[in-house]
Amino acid sequence: MRMKQAMKGHEPRSSSSCAACKLLKRKCTSTCIFAPYFRSDEPKKFAKVHKVFGASNVSKILVEVPEEQREDTVNSLAYEAEARLRDPVYGCIGAIALLQRKMVELQHDLAIARARLARYSVPVASTSSPSVLVDENVGMVSFDDMPCCSAVNESFGQSSSQLTQVQPMNDFGQFPYIF
Amino acid sequence: MSSFGRCAACKYLRRKCPQDCILAPYFPSSNPQRFACVHKIFGASNVTKMLQQVPEHLRAEAAECISYEAIARVQDPVYGCVGIITQLQQQIVQIHSEIMKTKGEMVAHHSAHPQHHTSPQQQGDPSQFISIHQQEQNNFQSDKHLSGNF
Repeated sequence: MRMKQAMKGHEPRSSSSCAACKLLKRKCTSTCIFAPYFRSDEPKKFAKVHKVFGASNVSKILVEVPEEQREDTVNSLAYEAEARLRDPVYGCIGAIALLQRKMVELQHDLAIARARLARYSVPVASTSSPSVLVDENVGMVSFDDMPCCSAVNESFGQSSSQLTQVQPMNDFGQFPYIF
Repeated sequence: MSSFGRCAACKYLRRKCPQDCILAPYFPSSNPQRFACVHKIFGASNVTKMLQQVPEHLRAEAAECISYEAIARVQDPVYGCVGIITQLQQQIVQIHSEIMKTKGEMVAHHSAHPQHHTSPQQQGDPSQFISIHQQEQNNFQSDKHLSGNF
């Protein structure tokens, strides 16, 4: 009895609950899947993720990924949730559209620059200098699998139902422009 | 919609599809996988709330984007469509670097062989290439905030 009473003092208190359990108003256990990634000093992070995805769905997603990738998963979910709350129509697809547009512009610029360089090098080809080969395919990226959002960007080719392959990124940590 | 059968959402949720089902216009029964992904990632209740918050004329776009995000997350549970953003950013950096390199070669070539540029358009001060460099760098820098204002 005394032992039980003594041990009762070691049970997790509400002050040590993670942000998720605080919001969900439940006890935060030692095996809480959210606790490592939603610290109590970042309540807004979980609030946003919960609002967009729901705690249950986030939990299922985390359970499906290896433990060493869960932090990256949480951060990307937080990013998506933030984007969706800021832009309820396009979410982070808006950012993708802008980047795609930029990519097309730069590919065009690259093609022009290379064509100019090739033109400059043609007169030199007859001399000792080697001609510069223009590889139009380098840097060209196909985004045929992007969804068709008519108001977003004409470079979106096909509907979301035809999305087939997304290459996973391994170096999430660098994120130069997002965080 | 209900006169033609249930929409994909109501079929998935095993419920009646009412006349005013908010999901029906965007999740036709012909594409059950799409709603299955959306339900898995966001949940029917959240998607309904998201669509209700958006003006009706924008709901089709919103549903399309939500579906795309859900499918991307199902395919890549760790990064979802954030992985696509990172990929695009890296490719943009690479292409920009190629442009700078190519224009650097042009400047070098122009300086080495000014006599080869016979047309009036091709002649001129090599510093015009540098100003193009700077302009593009400025454009590129201004785009860096695209995804970073959170």
